[in-house]
Amino acid sequence: MKKLKIGDLEKIRDKARRTSSLRQNKARARVTVHMGTCGIAAGARKILTALLEEVGKKNLDDVIVTTSGCAGLCSREPMATVEIEDKPPVKYVDLTKEKIKKILNEHIIKGNIVKEYALAIGSERTTLK
Amino acid sequence: MKEYRLHALICAGTGCVASGSLDVKEELEKEIVKQGLENEVRVVTTGCQGFCERGPIVIVQPGDIFYQSVSKKDIPHLVEEHLLKGRPVKELMYVPGPEEAPVPTMMDIGFFKHQRLTVLKNRGRLDPENIEEYIGFDGYRGLEKALAEMTPEEIIREIKDSGLRGRGGAGFPTGLKWELCRKSPGEIKYIVCNGDEGDPGAFMDRSVLEADPHAVVEGMVIGAKAIGTHKGFIYVRNEYPLAVKRLKIALSQAEEYGLLGKDILGTGFDFSIEVAQGAGAFVCGEETALLKSVEGKVGRPRPRPPYPTEKGLWGKPTTINNVETWANVPAIILRGAEWFSSIGTEKSKGTKIFSLVGKIKNTGLVEVPMGITLREIVFDIGGGIAGDKKFKGVQLGGPSGGILTEEHLDISVDYESLTGAGAIMGSGGMVVLNENDCMVDTARYFLNFTQEESCGKCTPCRIGTKRMLEILDRIVEGRAEEDDLEKLKTLAEKVKKYSLCGLGQTAPNPVLTTLRYFEDEYKSHIEEKRCPAKVCKHLFKYVITDKCTGCTLCARNCPTDAIEGEVGHMHKIIQEDCTKCGTCLEVCPVNAVEAVDNE
Repeated sequence: MKKLKIGDLEKIRDKARRTSSLRQNKARARVTVHMGTCGIAAGARKILTALLEEVGKKNLDDVIVTTSGCAGLCSREPMATVEIEDKPPVKYVDLTKEKIKKILNEHIIKGNIVKEYALAIGSERTTLK
Repeated sequence: MKEYRLHALICAGTGCVASGSLDVKEELEKEIVKQGLENEVRVVTTGCQGFCERGPIVIVQPGDIFYQSVSKKDIPHLVEEHLLKGRPVKELMYVPGPEEAPVPTMMDIGFFKHQRLTVLKNRGRLDPENIEEYIGFDGYRGLEKALAEMTPEEIIREIKDSGLRGRGGAGFPTGLKWELCRKSPGEIKYIVCNGDEGDPGAFMDRSVLEADPHAVVEGMVIGAKAIGTHKGFIYVRNEYPLAVKRLKIALSQAEEYGLLGKDILGTGFDFSIEVAQGAGAFVCGEETALLKSVEGKVGRPRPRPPYPTEKGLWGKPTTINNVETWANVPAIILRGAEWFSSIGTEKSKGTKIFSLVGKIKNTGLVEVPMGITLREIVFDIGGGIAGDKKFKGVQLGGPSGGILTEEHLDISVDYESLTGAGAIMGSGGMVVLNENDCMVDTARYFLNFTQEESCGKCTPCRIGTKRMLEILDRIVEGRAEEDDLEKLKTLAEKVKKYSLCGLGQTAPNPVLTTLRYFEDEYKSHIEEKRCPAKVCKHLFKYVITDKCTGCTLCARNCPTDAIEGEVGHMHKIIQEDCTKCGTCLEVCPVNAVEAVDNE
């Protein structure tokens, strides 16, 4: 390893920040792939893998990819929810590898909702405050 | 760059390792591969999270989901439910009390919610054996700033303005100490990190060294530049193998990256650090004894002045600071004196780490802003007294400190207030006591410790503590005379006044504070031969009352066969054979065993 000089630390910091960004709670966007039994049966794992690969390829260190349980609409799985900072969440249905890549490029990167795949905008109402 | 969607942070501090976290980690990795998640989930081992009582601890990010007491058998379910399907597992979450709902996220748990981390900010979030992770979390930025942009005088000014005071206990202003050492004449100077933590029940320094060794290294390099030295020592006790291991890894990584050694970061500044391992003598926490030990001599104190800043290691000017003090330095340089001095009270700035132990619900390591009240620490963070017993006191500062009582619960935790009340900040041991603790016995316990650890160099400490202990022995055994209390007080004052070093000067503190606040208890022992808390074995006995159903459980569990009785009939304790171990009391299903005063 070459000895560092003033300024070199910033490069390591950049790299290390990307690998640890999940722990710094600094995300601009969060994609939740619904991985209930129904989702997994419908192919949610493939969606998740494709999404992670694409996020890695594009070095998107401010995007969190996560999973959650069944979203309730089992017939339209695989599903994913995209949340951009300060915007209401958008649910996408009947996903394929290609669709999720398009959603990543259009919605998450450029900020345009992909209407043709979207089911709804907003969260469900709950009894909790 | 490989992207993971989840990080599973598993605690590998000494506490969690002892409760099996490494096995859990192995199982976790295996299960992750089994579910095909190895490219999605990263397992990171971290330093101590502080909540040692609930270990092994696993935290899943993002989401801050906190799992406690995780065992190998929980792993398959955890991996499938949470890591694969994204459904956090309730059964492994923290439950604040019976019939309360599990708390999923770390920040909603009282123990964590009321803490404010400066020194321990990296605990539980980075891998202490990986320098790049430390760098990623703003590590070595303070160093970069100090070496590239600041003069030694500016560094010292910043530390002085911050108001940082020694975290080892006495609270000497750190910037002033640095300045004295810098101005001391001489070409060769040294700096030393005091990691000889010896108080029973204290583990702040160990935890810092285990969880974030680079913070100490970075602080020392900054200090070296300020003071004008090229050689530093970190003195750690041998009983801390994990701290020593992580520290050595950190030192070699820092050297490899050019952050230690010759020409640091290309600025022309040279500084290296050596680890000195101590054999665990309590007196070596005293600075002059510690310096002797580093020199390879017997660790014994000498009179001050001259202070180490004039004559330290091998007679050269030496700055000695505690682990926690050094670890505060990088953040002060990076964020500035103003930021640091905005935390805390007028005279005590920043945060302080305490090891919160004893009869409390949540035990562990806590970092709080100075000026917080004891009540907040004991009740909001510690969750109050375990088993719904009554709070009796807090022993602060270990064997050198004192006991504070209920009336002190609302005093501000800072150097001056604690000293005023008869305790000390010390290095930060905090032992909580409840109504079942006998204050005479507690004082005897700490004095027994200091008496054994007395190095024997000066007479007041060597003989004084021994005689004090003999009086306490007489008191707890019911052999004390009326004038013993007066003798004890006089002796305590003399030992405090005339001992050579901090060990002897503070050894009487537990006795003096218990005498100040609990003299009644001493009197009960001496005049009535009675131990109100039923702790001192010579002063009470166990009896079986007529609640006894004759189940024979006590008789079968008694280690000395001191209980007789037939099935279905009331049992009886043969007092001559009873060792008062309390087993019968614990096993009795109908609470028929009682501790009562001797007639």
